[in-house]
Amino acid sequence: MWEQYANLFIKSIFIENMVFAYFLGMCSYLAISKTLKNGVGMGLAVIFVLTITVPLNYLIYEYLLVDGALAWIGPEYAELDLSFLSLIMFIAVIASMVQLVEMIIEKFSPSLYGSLGIFLPLIAVNCAILGGSLFMQIKDFSGVSEAAVYGFGSGIGWFLAIVAIAAIREKIAYSNVPAPLKGLGITFIITGLMALGFMSFMGIKL
Amino acid sequence: MKDKPKNNKPIFLFIGKDKEPLFSKKNKKLLSDPLDDNNPITVQVLGICSALAITVQLEPAIVMTMSVIFVMACSNVIISVLRNLIPNRIRIIVFLVVISSLVALVDQFLKAYAYEVSKELSIFIGLIVTNCIIMGRLEAFALGNGIWKSFLDGIGNAFAYGIILILVAFFRELLGSGNLMGVQVIPDFIYEMGYENNGLMLLSPMALITVGIIIWIQRSRNKKLIEQG
Repeated sequence: MWEQYANLFIKSIFIENMVFAYFLGMCSYLAISKTLKNGVGMGLAVIFVLTITVPLNYLIYEYLLVDGALAWIGPEYAELDLSFLSLIMFIAVIASMVQLVEMIIEKFSPSLYGSLGIFLPLIAVNCAILGGSLFMQIKDFSGVSEAAVYGFGSGIGWFLAIVAIAAIREKIAYSNVPAPLKGLGITFIITGLMALGFMSFMGIKL
Repeated sequence: MKDKPKNNKPIFLFIGKDKEPLFSKKNKKLLSDPLDDNNPITVQVLGICSALAITVQLEPAIVMTMSVIFVMACSNVIISVLRNLIPNRIRIIVFLVVISSLVALVDQFLKAYAYEVSKELSIFIGLIVTNCIIMGRLEAFALGNGIWKSFLDGIGNAFAYGIILILVAFFRELLGSGNLMGVQVIPDFIYEMGYENNGLMLLSPMALITVGIIIWIQRSRNKKLIEQG
């Protein structure tokens, strides 16, 4: 039981890392990793939103959209298949959840809002968040807790990636990079090398 | 007498605007600028996710390019038509609704007519919704410009995005499996001389490094793109 959750958790952090294995959330990963402080803020915001939206979308998908999901309303609805709506539904949930989370944080923890607040609107268009929900749809989880573990794990994986690249970029500002490679170019190549490193986790059998 | 130039000016401007040919210099620049100086991927850093993940082979990259061109041109036009009606506070949600309906259309179309490719692209068609190129151009361009210009801007940017996508996919498929579009292009006798496909190119990290090298080449040719500091 617990073993299965632990496996899923480790797998979603290292083996199926959002950034290094699927390149999800690349845009904000490249744009916000110039300083470590911003990187940590963005990473935390992603963990937060992924942990909320993946299980929420799981519930919506499982009880409203999937083939035969509406059977609980009445037998005449049992044959409806609304899964073509999943994309619009997911993005609506994500956009409204981000707004809601932003308001709640602003109300209850102004200091947290100070460090996370500016990143939250960016998250609605971070593909890691939508990607998490779309992978959840493919993966066929058996329950909402599995979806939550998956969301949390993917968030941590993304956090690790952005913190690592932000730290490297802070150091690399002092080194002598060829002028045309400065900034974006070298960041791409370093991310590639890091992804090569993360590929070594693929051999792990869980 | 004094009133004459005052009255003439706006009318003159209006006619001038109306008479602007469909492919004036300015409009052509909208199409050509994204190709090099303002490339969405290598300069504006938008839409990287999909650019990297689906470039193992040429075919999905081409399908992806066509889908993005369609979604982007349509959404740019729609937002440009609605631009005076959208309240500023909820514009992001309006964008998302427009884009995701268009993407759902493309997704269903591919599932019906090109099932194999749509399987291969899996979630990445859905991820066009959060492709920041589209969002970025809607926000930066379509919200403040006319219909025809927005249409051109959409086509130009989507096309420039596609060029990079196809370029990366071309090298990865050629060097990684010796094929192009699934057809073997490296002749057998070269393999017999001891040439081996570079399996590393098929792995995801090499997509990042290929894009890095493309950026390097582009910036050493076009010096004004080099980042300072």
